Amino acid sequence: MIMPQQAIAAPLLSVRGLTVSVRDRGVVRPLVSDLSFDLRAGETLAIAGESGSGKSITSLALMGLLPANVAVTGGTLMLDDTDLAQLSEARMRPLRGARIAMIFQEPMTSLNPVQSIDAQLIEAIRAHDPVGRTVAREQAIEALRQVRISEPARRMGQYPHELSGGMRQRVMIAMALALRPALLIADEPTTALDVTVQREVLDLLRDLQARTGTALILITHDMGVVAQTADRVVVMQAGRMVEEGPTTRIFAAPRAAYTRDLLAAVPRLGAGAARGAPPPPEAPVPVARLSRASVHYDVGANLLGRPTHRVHAALGVSFDIRPGETFGLVGESGCGKSTIARALAGLVPHEGLIEIGGRPLSAMSARQRKEIRRDVQMVFQDPMAALDPRMKVGDAVEEPLVIHRIGTPAERRARARDLFRQVGLGDDQMSRYPHEFSGGQRQRICIARALALRPRLIICDESVSALDVSVQARVLALLQELKDGLGMSYLFISHDMAVVENVVDRLAVMYLGQIVEMGTRDQVFGNPQHPYTRRLLEAVPVPDPTRRSRGHLRPTGESPSPLRRIGDPPAPAALIDTGHGHLVAPHSA
Amino acid sequence: MAGYLVRRIFAALMILLGVSFITFVLLYVLPADPVRQIAGRSATAQTVENIRQQLGLDQPLLVQYGRYLAGLVQGDLGRSYLQRTEVSTLIASRLPASLLLMAGGIVCELLIGLTLGVIAAIYRGRPLDQGLMVTSFVAVSAPQFVVGLLLLYVFAVQLGWFPIGGYGTLAHLVLPAVTLGIMGSGWYSRMMRSSMIEVMRQDYIRTARAKGLTRGRILFRHALPNAILPIIAMIGIDIGIFMGGIVVVESVFGWPGIGQLAWQAIQRVDIPVIMGVTMVSAAFIVLGNLLADIITPFIDPRIKMR
Repeated sequence: MIMPQQAIAAPLLSVRGLTVSVRDRGVVRPLVSDLSFDLRAGETLAIAGESGSGKSITSLALMGLLPANVAVTGGTLMLDDTDLAQLSEARMRPLRGARIAMIFQEPMTSLNPVQSIDAQLIEAIRAHDPVGRTVAREQAIEALRQVRISEPARRMGQYPHELSGGMRQRVMIAMALALRPALLIADEPTTALDVTVQREVLDLLRDLQARTGTALILITHDMGVVAQTADRVVVMQAGRMVEEGPTTRIFAAPRAAYTRDLLAAVPRLGAGAARGAPPPPEAPVPVARLSRASVHYDVGANLLGRPTHRVHAALGVSFDIRPGETFGLVGESGCGKSTIARALAGLVPHEGLIEIGGRPLSAMSARQRKEIRRDVQMVFQDPMAALDPRMKVGDAVEEPLVIHRIGTPAERRARARDLFRQVGLGDDQMSRYPHEFSGGQRQRICIARALALRPRLIICDESVSALDVSVQARVLALLQELKDGLGMSYLFISHDMAVVENVVDRLAVMYLGQIVEMGTRDQVFGNPQHPYTRRLLEAVPVPDPTRRSRGHLRPTGESPSPLRRIGDPPAPAALIDTGHGHLVAPHSA
Repeated sequence: MAGYLVRRIFAALMILLGVSFITFVLLYVLPADPVRQIAGRSATAQTVENIRQQLGLDQPLLVQYGRYLAGLVQGDLGRSYLQRTEVSTLIASRLPASLLLMAGGIVCELLIGLTLGVIAAIYRGRPLDQGLMVTSFVAVSAPQFVVGLLLLYVFAVQLGWFPIGGYGTLAHLVLPAVTLGIMGSGWYSRMMRSSMIEVMRQDYIRTARAKGLTRGRILFRHALPNAILPIIAMIGIDIGIFMGGIVVVESVFGWPGIGQLAWQAIQRVDIPVIMGVTMVSAAFIVLGNLLADIITPFIDPRIKMR
């Protein structure tokens, strides 16, 4: 039998002139216009772009899962010989899960919370494959084994809330690949995961794809992930394809201006060292000082309603923030970095010592604490949630002045006007509402609000994490500019090592509530000592397709937990100075 | 689990203690004099005084309450002033009828309410949904005695499908149970509708669709169990509302339950009976809430009892 050469080369998926439109109050507006690309079996195509680029809508169009008021209004979506755009719901349904599968961004909410893992896996198999329950169960266990979940048989009886985010995403992948689909669409599959887990999941996807020959469409905003994973890239902006080509070519010689800007905005590890400025010197009175500060929460209840367990969210944390310094706090979710921020702002009770401007928080009265909040302000991750949707943004920026009874109404207005100009917004925008602004603009408003009281310390808790890279770069530049002009300090909390490296003077790495390494940027990034710091750095996806790193795949179980029985606190590790103030926790490796 | 139950039952007893005290005080300060009711209008002052002493109503409030509590812990609810019978006997003879009516009412309101709520959610924004929501609003707003009389007139008097009143067969139960359930079904259909709409928006429903499941399976296996969770807690609270409804419905349909007993006792200031019915109702409300909390973890694995 002769295999015709063209059949092998023929694309599995061929998208031609795809246009997807939304109907909003009678007006039809395109979300994706004239998009064309091909995908061959076993190939990985990344669709990259920032928010609003139409990349997720494209994936939903392929799945036939578009929202009710959105529809494919032009073009063809050929999967082999079938035009997906022409299929009725009744003919599309049997393809979903069997021929085309999809995994989503939010592993925490993408599994049904009231059904066990086995019920959800077996259901996915039996929806398309008329096998018995026992056979389906065996297939499900095998699928879990394929995604390298430890003790797959025991996991089957568990519920989603008993699994970590990374484990849930593995279950989603197992579910998607159980029936060996020809095409897998992964929509930001690792965006909600910690960087070390992201690395594991990407390696896993790559490994499974190599073995099954599934074609993969990876939707992502992260150019690092693109560089590490994709064979070819489609770059999208505002619903249109800007550029398409092999990953190496796109990174080496981007043709479109947008692609060049996008790549330039990506924070890269190593770029911070070029800045080269030494951290500001120690001052007699630090802006903030923590000495063996701990925060814990009690959970559970025995017969008398007394708690049985304790979460040691932060344990024996000591560091100081110098005037004019940006101090970084890095670590993965649950490591206690946000807890420290809250304790510093006096929002959660703590043990140990926390001083703001040389005055211990615990010794203060409620009034003094309110006073101290003038010195410590916060900028949070989600700028939409941090602004009252029914308050004009000008009023929001003025509000701290009102609360602390500073100035006359006219003076406050004038100050707010100044602040708007300082963060790069026009004062004519003050009478608008938060929803009229983009994410980056909203974060600027939050920064203006934090500046209103002329604080000595601003806590940026993942303040740029929710922003698109190009916006992120501009907000980071603004923060730096403001610091240079106004001389306050930042506590910069982030999970993104590359961003941290670009902005901080000194930093501390946290793991399970404790600091495991602390030093200047050059010490920690140039010469990481603790194995956890090294793992974090190695896991960062490098935005360079010629430097692909492959981790080894290992089965994952539960991560260690900061939850302990009451009366059995973990031992706080004493940090050892390895020279020039580079502090490292004792470790075995 | 055991610790949880012990603490919950202790809390339940505290609630009952509070209810008994408040009701007792309210009845004590009531301007109506129970002794006058017993003695009748023609009784002499001496007779009135004798009865008062005999019943211990001349004692200070706290002494009276103490006596009542002492009886209560021994399961003694006292004797009716007027019927010369133990209150516990009176209630025991009436309770089965009321429980039957209540069960019928709950079945009706859930059956009607949840079904209509799900249908409205599926047809969200379309005429069927709008029609159902208007209907539910009418159901919530209509006074129970009006609904009861209306149902009686149409289905008993005009159509003759069901008996006009009384107690005994399943046919007797239908109209009172529907009357009792109709108000709640209005609430439930609205709650179920919004709960379903909320759940259908969740990511795991999108996952279920991406798996290629049929519409029916997504609806019944994925959406419904999640949507019903907030409703369960409501059923416990509902029993309290039912206790109020029972007084009205039992009067309209001549249903021999504790609602009628309470109604008669209130008219004649028969304090031990009022206290007894109040305590039994309170016990059921507390028990209903406890049951709802015990059932929830079996449906929602995220909730652990502690």
